[in-house]
Amino acid sequence: MGSITLDKVSKSFGEAKVIPSIDLEIQDGEFVVFVGPSGCGKSTLLRLIAGLEDVSGGRILIDGKDVTGNAPAQRGLAMVFQSYALYPHMSVRNNIAFPLKMAKVDKSVIDQKVKDAAAILNLTDYLERRPSQLSGGQRQRVAIGRAIVREPSAFLFDEPLSNLDAALRGTMRLEISELHNQLKTTMIYVTHDQIEAMTMADKIVVLNRGNIEQVGSPLDLYAKPRNLFVAGFIGSPRMNLIEGDFARSKGAKTVGIRPEHFDLSHEAGLWEGVVTVAEHLGSDTFLHVEVQGIGQINARTDGEFQARHGTRIYLTPNETKLHRFDEQGLAI
Amino acid sequence: MARSVTTRHKVIATVAAWAVALLIFFPILYTVVTSLKTEPEAIAGFNLIPSFTLDNYVTVQTQRDYIKPFTNSVILSVGSTILALIIGIPSAWAMAFSPTKRTKDVLMWMLSTKMMPAVAVLVPIYLMFRDFGLLDTRIGLTIMLTLINLPIVIWMLYTYFREIPGEILEAARMDGAGLWQEIVYVLTPMAVPGIASTLLLNIILAWNESFWTIRLTTATAAPLTAFIASFSSPQGLFWAKLSAASTMAIAPILIMGWFSQKQLVRGLTFGAVK
Ligand SMILES: Nc1ncnc2c1ncn2[C@@H]1O[C@H](COP(=O)(O)OP(=O)(O)OP(=O)(O)O)[C@@H](O)[C@H]1O
Ligand SMILES: [Mg+2]
Repeated sequence: MGSITLDKVSKSFGEAKVIPSIDLEIQDGEFVVFVGPSGCGKSTLLRLIAGLEDVSGGRILIDGKDVTGNAPAQRGLAMVFQSYALYPHMSVRNNIAFPLKMAKVDKSVIDQKVKDAAAILNLTDYLERRPSQLSGGQRQRVAIGRAIVREPSAFLFDEPLSNLDAALRGTMRLEISELHNQLKTTMIYVTHDQIEAMTMADKIVVLNRGNIEQVGSPLDLYAKPRNLFVAGFIGSPRMNLIEGDFARSKGAKTVGIRPEHFDLSHEAGLWEGVVTVAEHLGSDTFLHVEVQGIGQINARTDGEFQARHGTRIYLTPNETKLHRFDEQGLAI
Repeated sequence: MARSVTTRHKVIATVAAWAVALLIFFPILYTVVTSLKTEPEAIAGFNLIPSFTLDNYVTVQTQRDYIKPFTNSVILSVGSTILALIIGIPSAWAMAFSPTKRTKDVLMWMLSTKMMPAVAVLVPIYLMFRDFGLLDTRIGLTIMLTLINLPIVIWMLYTYFREIPGEILEAARMDGAGLWQEIVYVLTPMAVPGIASTLLLNIILAWNESFWTIRLTTATAAPLTAFIASFSSPQGLFWAKLSAASTMAIAPILIMGWFSQKQLVRGLTFGAVK
């Protein structure tokens, strides 16, 4: 079991109010991702849940039990750090066994559990090595191994993949998702990475300056961003945000159009523009187009679309996919 | 081209390193060489080849007992080092792991006491020692050496402890380690190399300290520094015997230093080299 409730949780460092007040419900077994710009308080929020920081106000409940005043060890959570935070003087085996030793588990049980965890994480051949003798991906797996052996009620990840290269990040992302499917344990995952957020999450929490901007499933946030901030933050390349006459004609202060929601043509369309940069990825083509009277537009189309710097093209926004926002930046 | 340049740089660097090392080592070498000369040879002027006589060592040992100042040196340097570590570890620990706004100031203030010339406090310290009956006692000198080296000990330990990443301690806390287990299983193993370097360097510093050891002792508590000094005054200057005494005084610490080179280099660079 691992449902977590934040009840008006706030946090200040001295004068600085990093988290004004947050309410959040996390169901047992959910994979929740915290995203937001750098410095918005993602790590702080995670550390408050872990118990590594004391809250300045509010309560934290795990499975309905108030743990606000409890030490990290008493909360039954496991954390995987960005720096891995392995014990450099211990072998991989002892690193993974450490939480069990602290819990005074029987030696034979420890051995079995370490063996099982190593098998799941492909670490069997490395058990006698020191962390310094492992690659980044292997170290990350040791950190995950150390977290899973204690069978915590929830896992906390703080940007666990950001130190890995792109290819490894892809594989580890799948491994963590698979782990979640196997264990069905609550996971809270902090990341900067759009792809990680969209692909792994059951629920995304978008944070901005210590406030929750929106909570929802990845596709919810993508299809129905509640405000301009979420609209601009979720989705890569970014949603086009257009003000001025065009927006007014739609009865809004700002209109948002995702890059894939244009019909592109070389012959005719609503807007005429000139391609400034064309990025051909093979599967897709990303175009940066300068449109008269509208501004710079990002558009996405299939890999076969022919365009390069200077090509004149026509764009027609898909009327049914427009996002409209009012003066306050809220979705209409 | 590039290759020849780097080889030439290497040669220059190597030669320079040897030159500097020799320059620094030369006084010690010449002391040893002189100790193997006869007295007339020793005052005869610069000469690197002695007659390899061991007479000086025999004379030094018969004139004055070597064992007693040696024992004193060991007791003073080891004792003061242990005392300094007992005080230094918790203080450095507190400053490294729960720093406050004033931590830097406290550290600077401690270091600033090392900038004061020792002579400036000679009279007050001497009077205090006299009044407390600490003159020429091992306990008095041990306390003195502890106090002198404490700032350096705390600085060194502080820089070592600072290198231990906080996330590892947090990981231990998440893994269910209590404060005591955190100290025993995680902190201590990671801190031991730093403590060892500090210990070694401080023993050397205490061993070589001569200002206070010579001025606050006469016979009972006199360590090897006073032993050397005693050869430079009473019967006029006997260079060869003085050199023999010096060699005997530095030999133990030199040997210890040789065997703990690796730790020492880390110690001397204050943890800057990984
Ligand atoms: N110990 C601390 N003392 C003072 N301020 C802090 C402390 N820890 C964090 N902060 C501040 O709190 C804010 C949120 O920090 P936090 O680390 O939670 O951001 P983040 O969202 O994790 O950012 P990033 O994506 O860069 O990791 C920042 O403005 C930071 O400067
Ligand atoms: Mg962070």
